[in-house]
Amino acid sequence: MADTEFIKSVTDRFTLLLGEEKASQIVITESPFETFLTVPAELISVVMTELYDNPALGFDSLVLLTGNDEDDAVKTKNDDGSETLTGGNLSVVYHLESLPNRKKIIIKTIVPKANPEVPSVTPLWVSADWQEREAYDMYGIIFTGHPNLIRILMPYDWEFGFPLRKDYQNPEFYQGIKVPY
Amino acid sequence: MGYLDKEFTDSNIIVTNLDALLNWARLSSLWQVGFGLACCAIEMMATSASHYDFDRFGVIPRPSPRQSDIIIISGTVTLKMASRVKRLYEQIPDPKYVISMGSCANCGGPYWDHGYHVLKGVDRVIPVDVYIPGCPPRPEALLEGLLKLQEKIRNESRVG
Amino acid sequence: MIKEFVSEEMVINMGPQHPSTHGVLRLEVKLDGEIVKEVIPHIGYLHRCFEKHTEALTYPQIVPYVDRMDYLAAMYNEFGFALAVERMAGIEVPPRVEYMRVILGELQRIASHLVAVGTYGLDVGAFTPFLFCFRDREKILSLFELVSGARLLYNYIWPGGLSKEIHPDFVRLTKEFLVYFKPKLTELNRLLTGNKIFIDRTANLGVLDIEKAINYGVTGPNLRASGYKWDLRRDDPYSIYDKFDFEIPVGDGAMGTTGDCWDRYYIRVREMEESIKIIEQAIDNIPDGDVKSAIPKRIKVPAGQLYTRVENPRGELGYFIISKGANNPFRVKVRPPSFIHLMLLDELCRGNLVADIVAILGSIDIVLGEVDR
Repeated sequence: MADTEFIKSVTDRFTLLLGEEKASQIVITESPFETFLTVPAELISVVMTELYDNPALGFDSLVLLTGNDEDDAVKTKNDDGSETLTGGNLSVVYHLESLPNRKKIIIKTIVPKANPEVPSVTPLWVSADWQEREAYDMYGIIFTGHPNLIRILMPYDWEFGFPLRKDYQNPEFYQGIKVPY
Repeated sequence: MGYLDKEFTDSNIIVTNLDALLNWARLSSLWQVGFGLACCAIEMMATSASHYDFDRFGVIPRPSPRQSDIIIISGTVTLKMASRVKRLYEQIPDPKYVISMGSCANCGGPYWDHGYHVLKGVDRVIPVDVYIPGCPPRPEALLEGLLKLQEKIRNESRVG
Repeated sequence: MIKEFVSEEMVINMGPQHPSTHGVLRLEVKLDGEIVKEVIPHIGYLHRCFEKHTEALTYPQIVPYVDRMDYLAAMYNEFGFALAVERMAGIEVPPRVEYMRVILGELQRIASHLVAVGTYGLDVGAFTPFLFCFRDREKILSLFELVSGARLLYNYIWPGGLSKEIHPDFVRLTKEFLVYFKPKLTELNRLLTGNKIFIDRTANLGVLDIEKAINYGVTGPNLRASGYKWDLRRDDPYSIYDKFDFEIPVGDGAMGTTGDCWDRYYIRVREMEESIKIIEQAIDNIPDGDVKSAIPKRIKVPAGQLYTRVENPRGELGYFIISKGANNPFRVKVRPPSFIHLMLLDELCRGNLVADIVAILGSIDIVLGEVDR
């Protein structure tokens, strides 16, 4: 996707909006196939509101919201051979699309596992509602301001952790039923 | 069957034993719970529809388990669904039969290893009469499974 | 008048075992008499941990699991996944494969829409269309069986090509099917589309306007039924769809309001006609060649992330693959169209009658395997 110019123009807009200091936290990250903007979690609300509200940008559709485990926790070996994980990050990737302008943009935010709080974008796009619930269900990312942040795919009484995290351990029994094969 | 061709011509009287009569009646009208779970349910629907015509074996889907005789577990049973499947089974009046259709219901199927939310075999929650392998089984396999179930019912003894 | 008689709120539970919920979906319906106040869908009864499986399996091993997500459109799921992996790994596919993929994909679209239309008739009380549609669908399934060996879940389209050479009879039988099937659509239209009872039951019901549809992330036939011309085959072209001439039908409210249940139903019937057009253009031009030539022994995808999307029979199906350069992906996130569309249910059902819930649910055409994955 050769949309680097477009992304540059978006970041310029944020420099005007937020000021030089804050906007410098919004980084253009180039990965081999897609170029995306890395935005700190505390700026997500204002960035998303601008992308949604500004008619020149007009990102009226949230295509996909992905939770993700960055798998960068530090492993330390205990004396008995077991491993403990410390730190580590979770991330959320937003794929936005503007149907009238035919533009796409990808926003990524990284939050620490210890305090995985991201502002909810449900007030802007209703389609974020269940997708945020799914990200919470699978990774434990807490979307502040979400109207009803409960588990969606797993049972409501599931208390064995968040299954898609890389360090997840499946329980032996659930409600008296043996889980492993 | 052999019951009807005996002594039927003169007096409309069939001589048989009660077990055989009851079993014949039961196996000829197995009403199933209209209940689909996953991919196998589509094959179950295809079996009920025009091409394969489940009706000719007396199998009619009923919306309520309380009016049914068999339940076909057609697909993956998850941990969230397990208690509901059990409840459905308990609502069916006796005598009741269970057909486990497809690998997922038999043993967890392709999800046996990494499926943290998949029940590895429906027989962990309810008893099963006939297992049909396949992912998904063809409608012919389901029909074969039903014939096996009918064979099982034919050889039952309830009156003693 | 009805507003003056507000009775006590009643909560009714529908499912997970219910013949009209298209699978294991539970609806918690809050009612005021017959009027629906709120519908809360509870999903996850078929959550089969697809995304966890992808992290443990290699790319070719994922293909069978992709089938089992949207089991009514398995061929198209494979198509999308193969495309996503090929784009990342930089695999060029021979033209013979591209043509076959389009033909199989469009046949799958017809098969999937036949189920959607047939079961929708069943939902609103018309039994015959269900039998007719399943009769015709069997013919498509036997075509798929001819090429892949399976009826429902094929494992046929692999990253880099197709798993088997095309059966020599495929082209002839597909042409025969098209000749057979075209009059059947007219039959279906006479039987159901123009049926007075059916129109009364579905027109002006569950109206979805464009702005709301876009905000809810609605795509595919449901968005087009609301009158917005958006089809990824045209607007974000992939494979060789740009070579074919076909129309993108949009809803126009012919029987009531634009974006009502009848429009959502009829758009699917018209899309079947367009799919026939595409197959007709492609079937005679399948180039010679080897379908397996580009399949690598071991697929290694360079590190990076990419979102690839295709126009599934239900809407925009996307695969967001994050790779760290290994044999297996680091993360595969699926954008399931049904999951997004099911969010609409509450919005569309509010203020309608209890009996309309099933009519609205049937018209958005969900597959629970994809909602829960």
